[in-house]
Amino acid sequence: MNDDNGGDAGPLRMNDPWHDPSGAGVWIPEQQAPTQRAPMPQVSVGPAQAAGQSAVDGGAVRYLEVQGSPAFREVRDRYRRFVFPMTAAFLGWYLLYLVAATTAPGLMAHKVAGELNVAMVAGLAQFASTFLLTWAYARHARVRRDRRALDLRWALATGTGRGRAR
Amino acid sequence: MGAGHWHRAGAGALNGGGPFLAVAAGDRHGLAIVLFTLFVSVTLAITAWAGRRRSSSVEFFAGGRLFTPMENGFAIAGDYMSAASFLGISGLIALFGYDGLLYSVGFLVAWLVVLMLVAELVRNCGRYTLADVLAARMRRRPVRIAAGTASVTVSILYLVAQMVGAGSLVGVLLGGSDSRTARTWTVVGVGALMMFYVAFGGMRATTWIQIVKTVLLIGGTVALTVLVLVRFHGDFGRLLHTAAANSGHGEAFLGPGLKYGGSWTSRLDFISLGLALVLGTAGLPHILSRFYTVPTARSARRSVVWAIGLIGVFYLMTIVLGFGAAALVGSAKVHDSNAAGNTAVPLLAEVLGGGSGTTGGAVLFAVVGAVAFATILAVVAGITLASSASVAHDLYATWRRRGPDAPGGPAAAQGEMEQGEVRVARFAAVGVGAVAIALSLLAQDQNVAFLVGLAFAVAASANLPALLYSLFWRRFTTRGAVWSVYGGLLPSLLLVALSPVVSGRPDALLPGVDFHVFPLENPGLVSVPLGILAGWLGTVTSREPADDAAYAEMEVRSLTGAGAA
Repeated sequence: MNDDNGGDAGPLRMNDPWHDPSGAGVWIPEQQAPTQRAPMPQVSVGPAQAAGQSAVDGGAVRYLEVQGSPAFREVRDRYRRFVFPMTAAFLGWYLLYLVAATTAPGLMAHKVAGELNVAMVAGLAQFASTFLLTWAYARHARVRRDRRALDLRWALATGTGRGRAR
Repeated sequence: MGAGHWHRAGAGALNGGGPFLAVAAGDRHGLAIVLFTLFVSVTLAITAWAGRRRSSSVEFFAGGRLFTPMENGFAIAGDYMSAASFLGISGLIALFGYDGLLYSVGFLVAWLVVLMLVAELVRNCGRYTLADVLAARMRRRPVRIAAGTASVTVSILYLVAQMVGAGSLVGVLLGGSDSRTARTWTVVGVGALMMFYVAFGGMRATTWIQIVKTVLLIGGTVALTVLVLVRFHGDFGRLLHTAAANSGHGEAFLGPGLKYGGSWTSRLDFISLGLALVLGTAGLPHILSRFYTVPTARSARRSVVWAIGLIGVFYLMTIVLGFGAAALVGSAKVHDSNAAGNTAVPLLAEVLGGGSGTTGGAVLFAVVGAVAFATILAVVAGITLASSASVAHDLYATWRRRGPDAPGGPAAAQGEMEQGEVRVARFAAVGVGAVAIALSLLAQDQNVAFLVGLAFAVAASANLPALLYSLFWRRFTTRGAVWSVYGGLLPSLLLVALSPVVSGRPDALLPGVDFHVFPLENPGLVSVPLGILAGWLGTVTSREPADDAAYAEMEVRSLTGAGAA
């Protein structure tokens, strides 16, 4: 599979525009919390060298280390802190709408302005909130997460020499 | 989609079509057939072009993974917007006013679940199917069999609903003296075409067919919407006012309650359906497999953003078309033509084009018919592809790969294995198609409107809980995964078997007997919590602990894309 040649699959290319050589925001093993159980092997481990070791076990250890690293936790927390409350909010808002429409038609038929009643406004508001949350999520992911995730992917790909998992 | 009530379209074609069919058999008939033929020729050319490529598994199941987000967004929208959305939801609005709109809200909000919780993570963790994601951190054999079975079940349910709908729709649109024969040949023809697209063209052909269909569908809908709004000089309030006046219901037409406001059972039933719609979309196999056609999680996200834009605008336009049909055609006339309202948009098109008997009316009517036909063909092709992938990649591959499931293996053996999967998938497409044709012919006089809602309910109760548990719960185990899939799948099927759609009602599948004990038509309200509960119960009673390393790999991969296929 050579999918990385196209689209925005940039992180594995050497001259990756996302990769900031200054190291700002890049996950670097030395920056890990001192509570880390095992020291992270140097990122400079060459692909050939890494491929020589047991790919499965080496990879598993590596993934556990990355999972515990502050850089990854940051990405995960940013993702979850946005997505979980938002999901609760839009599901709650949808269920409220659904229950109101089926159990309180009288309230929903109340006129607001001209021909528009509460039901119509609420229905159009569902469309509006869906568009708004889509935009907000896409922006949050692009601004707050994408770059860090790419840096982590880069570090994993170069560090473990195991860019592909078939 | 859920708005189908297709069965009544069949009844309409048989006895309720009356004056409509008499006119339908006239001049517009010929133009509609020319447009159908044109669309079928284009899709066959696409299939021939796509089929000339070498057939690796990435090519067949994922179209080479190099589609752009925009292309994939159009294809997702094409997979999702069925003829039932186009004709069914507008028809429900034309007949029942506001209650028809409730469907479109559920269908749209569901995409936020896909966008936020599923699309990117699934793209990063799997290769071709839903089961890939579960198998990434569980024992492969049991979870692949479970997830593969659930996926094929969902696909077949959905496929039969769409094909019976296709038969009714084309029967109604083409008219014809013997519409039962017309319906039978439509089902067989649609089935043969979808098998051909998938078996020869794989994902690449299917994706391009979806894209062409979406362009046609959106184009046709925009044109009709503009014509409706021009009639009312852009005044939406006046459109609503006229619709209410011509509906025969007055102001009640603009509020909820005309269709679902009856007994408390019917209200609960609609809440159950709404729950299934909003949670089921993220578990539909043919939607999940679309995320594998783009190179990265970021492009998967952008595909969904495109899809939400297209689907949202489309449903907004169906609201205008539905109220437009009530205002310009009149609810009574729509009902006379087809009791489920499926002909509301064609009738509206005819009025907008200048009325019955005019050239403009005939042209617009034919265009709407052709667009609806294109819509059906594209949707069934997408579902057939997803189910053939589940059969080949999940079920057949698991059966072949006996012994311990070590990942990887020599590359040569792996390649041979994948060649085998593609071959099996081509045969599976033909097999699934044959089963779907047979079931659709058996069911074509039956009330199958519940099948779409059931497909969503199974997807919401069997697929989604297992998927979300695997992505987000560290302690989730193989037993939890298997229990959660079967714990959602079996109750939903069982509850439907014991519901009034199968027995105890005049329009039930088995009208002669009555063994119904479950009052609701849609099992979602009960089966979704059961699926969630079963996953939790299976996990806490597991003797084997969860594999922390496997979860670490999954979590890191899902959020960073490291090692993604």
